[in-house]
Amino acid sequence: MKHSFRFYVQLAFTLLVCAFLIVPIVLSMLAGITDNFFVGLSSGFTLRWVGQVWDTYQLTIWRSIAIALACLVVTTIAGVPLAYMLARYQGGNSRLARAIEELLMMPVAVPGLATALALIMAYGQYREFRSSALFILVGHVLFTLPFMVRPVLAVMQSSQLSVLEEAAASLGAGLGQRFFGVVIPNVFSGILAGALMVVTLSIGEFNITWMLHTPLTMTLPVGLADSYASMRLEVGSAYTLIFFLMIIPLLIAMQWVTHTTQSRVRL
Amino acid sequence: MKTASAAGRQIYLLFAAPGLTLFLAFWLLPMLRLVEVGASGPSGAAAYLAVLTNHHYFMSLLSTLLLSAAVTVATLLIASLVGLFLQRNRFPGKAILLSMLTFPLAFPGVVVGFMVIMLAGRQGLIGVVSNWLFRDAWVFAYSLGGLFLGYLYFSIPRVILTVMAAAEKLDPALEEAARSLGANPLRIFTDVVMPALSPALISSGAICFATSVGAFGTAFTLATNIDVLPMAIYNEFTSYANFSMAAALSIVLGAVTWLVLAVARSWSGSAAGAAA
Repeated sequence: MKHSFRFYVQLAFTLLVCAFLIVPIVLSMLAGITDNFFVGLSSGFTLRWVGQVWDTYQLTIWRSIAIALACLVVTTIAGVPLAYMLARYQGGNSRLARAIEELLMMPVAVPGLATALALIMAYGQYREFRSSALFILVGHVLFTLPFMVRPVLAVMQSSQLSVLEEAAASLGAGLGQRFFGVVIPNVFSGILAGALMVVTLSIGEFNITWMLHTPLTMTLPVGLADSYASMRLEVGSAYTLIFFLMIIPLLIAMQWVTHTTQSRVRL
Repeated sequence: MKTASAAGRQIYLLFAAPGLTLFLAFWLLPMLRLVEVGASGPSGAAAYLAVLTNHHYFMSLLSTLLLSAAVTVATLLIASLVGLFLQRNRFPGKAILLSMLTFPLAFPGVVVGFMVIMLAGRQGLIGVVSNWLFRDAWVFAYSLGGLFLGYLYFSIPRVILTVMAAAEKLDPALEEAARSLGANPLRIFTDVVMPALSPALISSGAICFATSVGAFGTAFTLATNIDVLPMAIYNEFTSYANFSMAAALSIVLGAVTWLVLAVARSWSGSAAGAAA
């Protein structure tokens, strides 16, 4: 294929932007396994820094995974039925449904700092709750709930769901039977897309978590901030490397799911 | 369901109950409490005006807004060029290029801050290269310049995706028609492509602006003394234990972002806030 001069100029610009986004990632991954980054790669490679991060911050990693999974459970249990209501209540086009959708987006639109301060002011006096990981879970659920509701709602609206449901109803299926037997299996691609998004966002959430965490409830991103502030560049980099190794498979899965469901619905 | 009775409709509300209860108990009520705390300081409800009357807060607000506006303009320019290019051309490796361009989408602000340090920090790439070229190490990660780079870093991937989605719906026949009528590429771009893309650009620009206004992690990683509003709030809360002022400033910050998204939505006529 022959391309014009303009094509190559645009390609060069695109590659430049790509380099801006990717080069720092590669640099930090390299720094995490370099013996002494100030000296350079010639100082040799080592897993010493990764080991040090594992010793220091292992707990934050497990805690983050636990919170992300708990967050997934809560947003699925609360979010999928909520999406169903938004899709069905008064034919899915009521003012109430639109108002709820709007409200749900608020914790995403409003800075996380404000949400976190509000939670602290309202519930900070309940010491047990304040000092547990549940407090952080609440913040994550608020932030991620719309990311479960929206793809599920999109699939509900775009598929033949209402026809299928009517068919099931005419055969005598009750609401519960329809919801678990027809709706859930049919919106599975939406739930999967939402689930990947929820887990990814929860693992990376910092803005809300930083204000909500206590020294005993540090999560992975909080640990990252801590290591950037107090550790050597190599340690921060090694920790970032671990973060990338956790998040990149999720991102690839997300792109794959979006790609395969795209023919059915744009998420 | 055309035949649904009033009782049938009520049942659907039950499905919304768990989600709505969570939301009301942990977001709406705490937010109302925050509004109340904001007005409980020594200056009462006037605390909400402090962001305009107090020189320090006003300058924080101003630099936050100017920085976010600059980031938004730069992002829209870069992302439209790249997004349009990727949408319209086929070449080997395009899919990989696109996934690399959208990877940083889910990076938290702290990691983006660290990426900026890798680029423009004391041992950063830009410093090394500029030192080698001009004998002068450029280190600007720990200032507004670094923050600009960081906000650009997390904004570009979002906007590229929106531009590509909008460009996909663009009818090639329109451009064909313009070309056959003798319009040059620049003319086609300003008169045909841009108007068609503008709703997407307005809504993604608004999201980019709102995210930059509220971004905390990146500023926090780069330096605690960068003078943007989220850092001012953080310092009020932790360093001075001035809870009412922190609350008032948070409410103002939240109101600003919400307002930007609402205005953009009425302009673009599409769901701007819903794509954040």
